Formats: sequence, structure tokens, C-alpha cells
Amino acid sequence: MTTLLPNVRTFAANVIPKEEFAVPGHRACTGCAEILAVRLALKGFGRDTIISMATGCMEIVSSPLPTTDWTLPWIHVAFENCAAVASGVESALKILRKKGKIPDKDVHVVAIAGDGGTMDIGLQSLSGALERYHKFTYICLDNEAYMNTGIQRSSGTPFGAMTTTSPPGKNSIGQSTWKKDMPKIAVAHNIPYVATACPSYPFDFLEKIRKAKMVDGPSYIHVLSVCPTGWRTPTDLSIRYGRLAVQTGVFPLYEVEDGKYRLTYNAEPLRPITEYLKGQGRFRHLTPDSIATIQKRITTDWEALKALSDSSAKAI
Amino acid sequence: MIGRRGIEVSLAIAEAAKLCRVEVISAYPITPQTHIVEHLSELVADGDLEASYITVESEHSALSACVGAAATGARTFTSSSSQGLELMHEILFVASGMRLPIVMAAANRALSAPLNIWNDHSDVMAARDTGWIMLFCTNGQEALDSIIIAYKIAEDRRVLMPVMVNIDGFTLTHVVEPVEFPAQETVDAFLPPYSPAYTLHPDKPVTMGAYGIPEIYTECKFAQETAMNNSKEVVIEVLDAFGKQFGRPYKVAETYQLEDADVVFIALGAMNENIMTAIDEMRTEEKKAGLVNLRLYRPFPGEELLALLKGKKRIAVVERVMPGGALNSPLFNEITSLAYRSGLTALIKNYVIALGGRDALQSDFRHIFDDMQQASAKDTRIKKGLNFAMIGVRA
Ligand SMILES: Cc1ncc(C[n+]2csc(CCOP(=O)(O)OP(=O)(O)O)c2C)c(N)n1
Ligand code: SF4
Ligand SMILES: [Mg+2]
Repeated sequence: MTTLLPNVRTFAANVIPKEEFAVPGHRACTGCAEILAVRLALKGFGRDTIISMATGCMEIVSSPLPTTDWTLPWIHVAFENCAAVASGVESALKILRKKGKIPDKDVHVVAIAGDGGTMDIGLQSLSGALERYHKFTYICLDNEAYMNTGIQRSSGTPFGAMTTTSPPGKNSIGQSTWKKDMPKIAVAHNIPYVATACPSYPFDFLEKIRKAKMVDGPSYIHVLSVCPTGWRTPTDLSIRYGRLAVQTGVFPLYEVEDGKYRLTYNAEPLRPITEYLKGQGRFRHLTPDSIATIQKRITTDWEALKALSDSSAKAI
Repeated sequence: MIGRRGIEVSLAIAEAAKLCRVEVISAYPITPQTHIVEHLSELVADGDLEASYITVESEHSALSACVGAAATGARTFTSSSSQGLELMHEILFVASGMRLPIVMAAANRALSAPLNIWNDHSDVMAARDTGWIMLFCTNGQEALDSIIIAYKIAEDRRVLMPVMVNIDGFTLTHVVEPVEFPAQETVDAFLPPYSPAYTLHPDKPVTMGAYGIPEIYTECKFAQETAMNNSKEVVIEVLDAFGKQFGRPYKVAETYQLEDADVVFIALGAMNENIMTAIDEMRTEEKKAGLVNLRLYRPFPGEELLALLKGKKRIAVVERVMPGGALNSPLFNEITSLAYRSGLTALIKNYVIALGGRDALQSDFRHIFDDMQQASAKDTRIKKGLNFAMIGVRA
């Protein structure tokens, strides 16, 4: 459909599947956008999916024995290896199908981990799985810290943010390093599909899931997931903060198909970064000087991305 | 490949995996395991083995991928050694806790530091209590047979546990030995296709690897421990069945010249062949030495060992691993525990030998024999300083 009518949106509210694969009853915090991202993503992937999930918030809130949140086949092994586990699942499906030991149908393998499980401790296992070109989708749920263990910094934590291991103080601004550009690392593996997404833009997200599932090889989707508990934001504003992240250029929405960048949301003119930082307890200590530093960096990064992207990107 | 032929033991192990029709192989190269995985790669590349070979980027991922594959219902094989086995350590517990019948050939090697690629048992001993069934091999034939036996044990519904087949690095992996190859049909008859109770598939979704809260964790671990304990009967049953079908009977512990032995050696792995040679030599001089060669190390075959050791007066536990700050090395601790609780009154001494590829010489075993004969109860009491005898260390 997209090839015939490239500018027509594939998803509308009434075509989103009603079926739930991550059912109510989980223990995620009120206002958690990470569980929302999971819920949406699985609707996109559909029933014929196997999930390999890393240790982290989503694993913990969904699985205490003998209960389960999952109506899809789901496996958790450890923190740093969900991509390797997914490799094993995918390889097993392939050979068992070839040997006629399982039904002859496509089953999509999806690995899901947080920013810590992806960008830090799981980076090697992810890199290996991408390089080996398994047909699977990797979803990084980026809430910008190790939330499950109590809001410690990760390499996905933004500059200036307060976490329990990057506390602001007399000699500290909070997080003193810039967020790792994880999608770029995924792109460097020359895989067919990389995208960023945010559950605040559900149709954009679902369209990317659809594409990720279709490509013949690995795909990677980096999802900004607002965490009111860790960000110190009101629980009813998670969707708004996701939108503000996108509209200020802090978290641009784009996709990279066969190495070709395309913004899927034109955020220009960018809203000032203060609109995004305001009201987030994790940035409360920032001075106008450090906010200006952040603004400068965000603008520069946006310009660089825009230059990479096709000029044809249209606002959704 | 049927019948008897001279072959490097590593290749025989790879051929054994092929005979078992493994479906997913996931491994990372490390000396002295490399020839096993290289040969498996060849078998897959040539179409002689229909399997997915995942060339992972680390041992941690190797075992993680095995967990994923086994959970999906594939017969899964891996192999590692030393640093690699240690890098897997975290996932060793997960594989057993999730009750996945993965088989691993461990080419036993020393651990860094200092780096050393040669043979001892430091690696497996650091992994001994990870919930894996552990077999040890004395020669190439046992290595090949043990892979087949391992799958039969692991996949038994009463067991469902991963099995580690320990093969001494270089001294076994790299030697050419005469090995009898069974026919594919014989192996197929002994080892039917893996039929798991639960697998990851959307047609029948299951949740695997959920976390256990305090109210349930204890019960999970107790169930696992009970199953591990019960698996011994299955191991014995499988060894018997293997003997009947293949004509090579095995026991959880083999013996040599044990009956009238004044001094009994107990050891694991290929060193047992050296000890047997030393025993032959000593016997010509009326030195009554005997041997218990422990083939099954986990679950620990306490009753069987006790039956063999009953009435023995002097027992030398010869190990290829440092105690690491414990009073003694691991097997000695288990044998003395067995003795204490069963009224065995033998003198039991702990000898540490042949670390990091140093040879265990015939003269070393003669020395141990003489030392054991002279030993009195006083020598085995806990004392200040080291509580084991170090064999073959330069002053
Ligand atoms: C090897 C290992 N190291 C540390 C931990 C502790 N741990 C569990 S989850 C977690 C952080 C998870 O952070 P992230 O991946 O960002 O997921 P989130 O909880 O934020 O969704 C940590 C540090 C662990 N389980 N395993
Ligand atoms: S801590 Fe954050 S990510 Fe974790 S469940 Fe709560 S809101 Fe969601
Ligand atoms: Mg996180």
C-alpha cells in the first residue's frame, strides 16, 4: 500500500487491532508510557510473534510467577542478552520449520529491552545479532535511566538529568555526558530498517512496526518511553511529554530504510527546549546557562539529522 | 562413518553431535575446544548435518542463544572451555533453572591469571554447582558415547536438565584415538527426536523465565534440586540401556583393581588412564593400588561411591584444581563428608596435581601411594597452613 500511495497514512484508530497481547493486571506505575509502548508494539506485530525480553521494568511488572501479563509466547533469560536469546529462537524456528517439526508459517521474533539493557550492558549481544542478520525486530524502550533498579543513570540519560547515580551537587551538574546515539549505532550495522518512535505518536509507531516486521533481516526501533516515576513528572502528562520531546527536537521521529534517513515528523519550527524541561523534576536544578548549552546541542543535532533526511519528509 | 577408526577426539565429539542430529549449535571458539566447533561448522557447511549454526560474538551469547533455541524446541549443542565457561556462568544457572536439556562439551582448561590454555579442572569446578548434570570422560570412546548418553538423560521428561560432558583439554581433545562409531540407525533407535512438553510458539503461548517472588522461589528451587537428585536413577538407567544397545556398559563410577587395594585413588577425567598405568606398574611390585574413576560428578553419586569405598583403609583424592581458600579441593570435601556421615574410617588425603597442563607422572602416583601408606591419622587432621599435598611444585 505504501509503495502505491506513499503519502497515505496506513493506520487510523479504527484499524488498530482490538486484541490485547499485554493484558491489564500488570504492575507498571500509573502513567507509564513504557508499558503503553509495549502494548502498541504488540498490536502492530500481532499474534504470530515470540517475545524475548530483557530484565528491566517491563519484565518485572509483567511476569511474577505464577501470573503472566502475556498472551503471546514470551521468554526472559537475563539483562544483557535478549538479542542473543532472540537469535536462538529465530534460528530454532527456521530449522524446525525446515524439518517440518512446527507449522509452516511465519513467526516474527521480537527482542525488547530498556535503554540499559540495550545501550549499555546489552550492546555487544545486540551488535552480534544485528551483524548476523537474524530476521527479528529489536525494540529499545528508552526511559533514559535504569528505572527498575531505582533510577540510575545509563548512557541514554540526557545531559543534565538528575538520577540516583548522577545526582546534581556542588561539583556535579547531574548527568555530565550526552545521550548515546543508539539508532546511529544500529544504522552502522547496515541493517535494512532502523527507526525512532514514541507512543505519543501511535500511528507513526505502528507504521514503523509494520515496516520493521516486513523487512528481510534485522530491524531496530528506538522508542522514547516517558517514565513519570523516574522523570518526576505528573502521571497524567506522559503523552504530552512524549510530544514535547518530539516537537522540541529532543527526540526526533525518523526512519532509516537501507541507510536512507527520513524524518517522519517535521518538528519545525522547533519549540524551545524549556517547554520540555519545565515540570520535569529531573531537570529542576538546571541553570539558564546549562539550559542554553542543551538548547544549542539539540538545535545542532536537529540540523544534522535534517541534512541527512530526505527533503520530502512531511508532517504527519 | 561406522566402525572403528583412528580420529582426533574433538572430531569424534563433533561427529557424536551429528549422530544425535542436533538442530541448533551456538558456540564461540576457545582453545582447546576449537576443533570441535570447527568440525561442526564443516559438517553444517557440507550439508552433512542439517542444523543452524549461530556464530555468536561471545560465550555469554552462545549459551543465551542455546537457551532461546532449546526453549523453542530444538535439540541444542554448545561447547566451551575455561574463560568461555566462566563468561557463560550467569546463564549456566538460567539454563538449569529453566530446565532446558542443552548439552555442552566442556574442554577442560585452567583459568587465568596467569593465562594458561592447558588442561586442568579449574573451569568445571567453578561451575560445579550450577544445576548441570556433569559427566567426565577418560578417553575418546567415552567422549563420543557420553554426548549420546547426555542427550538421552537431558531430554528424559523425569530429568529435563542441561548436561555438561567434561573432556580434558589437549590431553583428550587433541589426541588421536581409536574410536568405535555407531551406525546412525542405532543412535536413532536409542535417541528419538526431542519432544519437549512446552515450547515457544504462538499456537500455544507460554511464559518462560518469569521471576519468582519469595513466596514461590523456594519451591521452584526445591523442585529443581529434587529433580536433580532423582535424575541419578535415570542416569543409571540410561547407562545400562546404552550398554545393552551399544555393547559398551558404563557405570557412574568405574573401578580398577579395587577389590584388594590398600590405597584407593579417586580422580576425575583422563588422568584416570595415567593412574591405571601407574597401578599396573605398582602391582608388579606388590603395591596394591586401586582406582575409583568418577564418571558422574553431578548429581553426586554418594551411595554408589560409598558401596565401592566400604572397608577401604586409605583413599587418595587426586584433583586438578586449587582449593581457592577452602580447606581442601572440592571432591575431597565431598568424599570426606560422605565418609564422616557414613562411618567410613579410611584415612583420606587430598592431593593437588597437574595444574595448567603440567604432566601427572607415573612417579607422582607412586609417590602418592607411598605417602598414603605411611600416613597416619595424625597426618589427616586439620592443621595450620595448607591442608592438602601439592604434587610436583618446585620449591
Ligand atoms: C548482569 C546484571 N547486572 C545488573 C542487573 C540489575 N538490573 C536489573 S534491571 C536493571 C536496569 C534496567 O534498566 P533498563 O534496561 O533501562 O530498563 P528499565 O527498567 O529502565 O525499563 C539493572 C541494573 C541485572 N539484573 N543483571
Ligand atoms: S518506573 Fe517508569 S518505566 Fe518503570 S514501570 Fe514505573 S513508570 Fe514505567
Ligand atoms: Mg531504562
